[in-house]
Amino acid sequence: MPLGPAITDVAQLKSHPALARILAWKPAAVEAARYDRDELTLSIERSFIRDVCALLRDQAKCPFNFLSDLTCVDWYPSEPRFEVIYQLLSIPNRERVRLKVRLNGSSPVVESVTSVWPAANFFEREVFDLFGIRFSGHPYLRRIQMPEDWEGHPLRKDYPVEGYR
Amino acid sequence: MILNMGPQHPSTHGVLRLLLEIEGENVVRIMPDLGFLHTGIEKTCEAKFYQQVVPLTDRIDYLCPMTNNLCYVLAVEKLLGLEIPPRAQWLRVMLNELTRINSHLVWLGTHAMDIGALTVFLYCFREREDVLRLFEMVSGQRMMTSYFRIGGVALEPPLGFFEKVKEFAGRFPARVDEYEDLLTHNPIWTMRTKGVARITAEDAVALGASGPTLRGSGVDFDLRRDMPYSSYEKFQFKVPVATEGDVFARYIIRVQELRESIALVRQALDGMPEGPTKADAPKVVLPDREKMKTQMEAMIYHFKIITEGFTVPAGEVYQAVESPRGEMGYYVVSDGTAKPYRVHMRSACLANLQTLPKMCEGRLIADVVAAIGSIDIVLGEIDR
Repeated sequence: MPLGPAITDVAQLKSHPALARILAWKPAAVEAARYDRDELTLSIERSFIRDVCALLRDQAKCPFNFLSDLTCVDWYPSEPRFEVIYQLLSIPNRERVRLKVRLNGSSPVVESVTSVWPAANFFEREVFDLFGIRFSGHPYLRRIQMPEDWEGHPLRKDYPVEGYR
Repeated sequence: MILNMGPQHPSTHGVLRLLLEIEGENVVRIMPDLGFLHTGIEKTCEAKFYQQVVPLTDRIDYLCPMTNNLCYVLAVEKLLGLEIPPRAQWLRVMLNELTRINSHLVWLGTHAMDIGALTVFLYCFREREDVLRLFEMVSGQRMMTSYFRIGGVALEPPLGFFEKVKEFAGRFPARVDEYEDLLTHNPIWTMRTKGVARITAEDAVALGASGPTLRGSGVDFDLRRDMPYSSYEKFQFKVPVATEGDVFARYIIRVQELRESIALVRQALDGMPEGPTKADAPKVVLPDREKMKTQMEAMIYHFKIITEGFTVPAGEVYQAVESPRGEMGYYVVSDGTAKPYRVHMRSACLANLQTLPKMCEGRLIADVVAAIGSIDIVLGEIDR
C-alpha cells in the first residue's frame, strides 16, 4: 500500500459522518481537515471543542460514543505551540476520527471534555501533568504520574531528556 | 476512615496505591494514586531511532510484549506505507495469540490467588512456562522478546519451532479444562465473583473501558474482528461476550478467550504461508547476515540503518490493537526525520482503572481485591 497524497480539501471530505455533522451545525468550528493514511483529522476551533465532542457523541447516525485516547504534541518553538489530540471511536459503526485543538504556548487552556466522556479524566490529568495544559472544568486537575512537588512538565520539547541536573 | 491500600500490596498487582474511604467494612470512595512506576518511556522514544523504540515497547507491558511490539511496528509501517509479506503477518498473529495466552495465564493465576484459590496459580504457571520456552526459542528471550521488527519479524523461526507450537496447541485445551474444573463451578469462587463489582455497558463505554472489561458488560466489540489488522480478517474466531458485567463475567470471557486463542494459533499453523518474513524495503529492513557479509550493497544499507536510522515521511497515525487487556493504541507523529517526533501509548489499563470506583463504591473491601484482579491491570502500562 504505497502512500497516496493527503486530501486537505474540506469539500471533498464532507461525506464523512463526523465532518458532515459538524458542518451542518457550525461550519466555523472546523479550521481544517486532513485525510491521510486512511485517517481523518479535523482541526477544531478551541472554543468549540466541548460542544463538538458532545455533538459527535450524541448524533444518531454514527455516534462517536468512545473516547479512545487524549494526548498532546508539543511543536516548540513554533506557534501555536501545543496540539491536543482526541481519538474518537464509534463502536456501533466501527469508525474513527481524530480531533485536534491548537493552543498557544503562553497560556494553554482548553475546555475539559470530562462532562462528555468521564474517560477523559485520567487522560487530561496526564496531559496536564506532562505538558502543563490546563483543562477548565476538570473535576480534579492534579498531577498523576509525576510527584506532586515536581517542577516542570517532562514531555515538553524544551525539557531535556535526561532531566535537569 | 481513610485506609491506605498499597503501593506495596500483593493484590494490587504492582505498585498501585488506592486510598479507600471506608465506613466499617464498606467502601465509600476510592481514589487511585498512580505514577510509582513512571519511567518516561514516551520521552525516551523521542530520543531514539524508529527501530530502537521496539525494545522499549516490550517494557511497557511486560506480560504481553509481542502485542506492544506489534502495535508499534504496525503504526510505523502505516506511516511508511510498507507492505508486509503474508508469512510475517501469520507469524505475528500466531505469536500474538500465544502472548494473549501467556498474559491471561498470569492473570488467572494471580487473580485466583487474590481471592484465595492458591492451587490455580501453580497450574497456570506450568503452561505459562511452556509459552515462555516457545518465546525463548523464537526470539532468544523469555519476556522482553522484541521479535517483531519494522517490516516483518527479526528472523525466520528456528527448525522444530512449529512442531513445538503444534504440540503445545494439542495439549493446551485439556489444561484449560483443568482450570475450569478448579474454578468455574466451585461454590466459593462463584460466591466471591458472581454479582460482585458490577458495571453497566453505558458506564463501561463512557469510562473508556475496553477488552474483556467492556465485553463483560455486554458490548460486543473486539478490534481483531471489527477493525482487523495484520490479516486477522482471514481467521475465524468467536468473540466471547457476557452480559452480567460482574467479576465472574470477566473471568469466563478470559477463559473462553484462552480457547479461542489456541484455536487461532492452530489456524495460523495450518495456513502458514511460505515466503519471506521481511518486507522488500532495503532502506528500512536490515539485510540478512549472509548477504551483509557478501554483498557490498547490503553492507552499506546495514551500516546506514544502524548509524543514522531511516527517515519516515511526515505525518501522524493512530494504530490500535486488541491487547489481552483491551485497546492498546500507539499514536506516532513523524516530522520527516529518523526519530519519532512523538510516541504516545494509549494504555488500556489506565482507562480500565477508571471503572474501579464505579465498580466498588458501596461494596465491601474484600470486593475491591476481586475487582482489581478482574480488570487485569499492569502497572508498567499505566505509568509508562
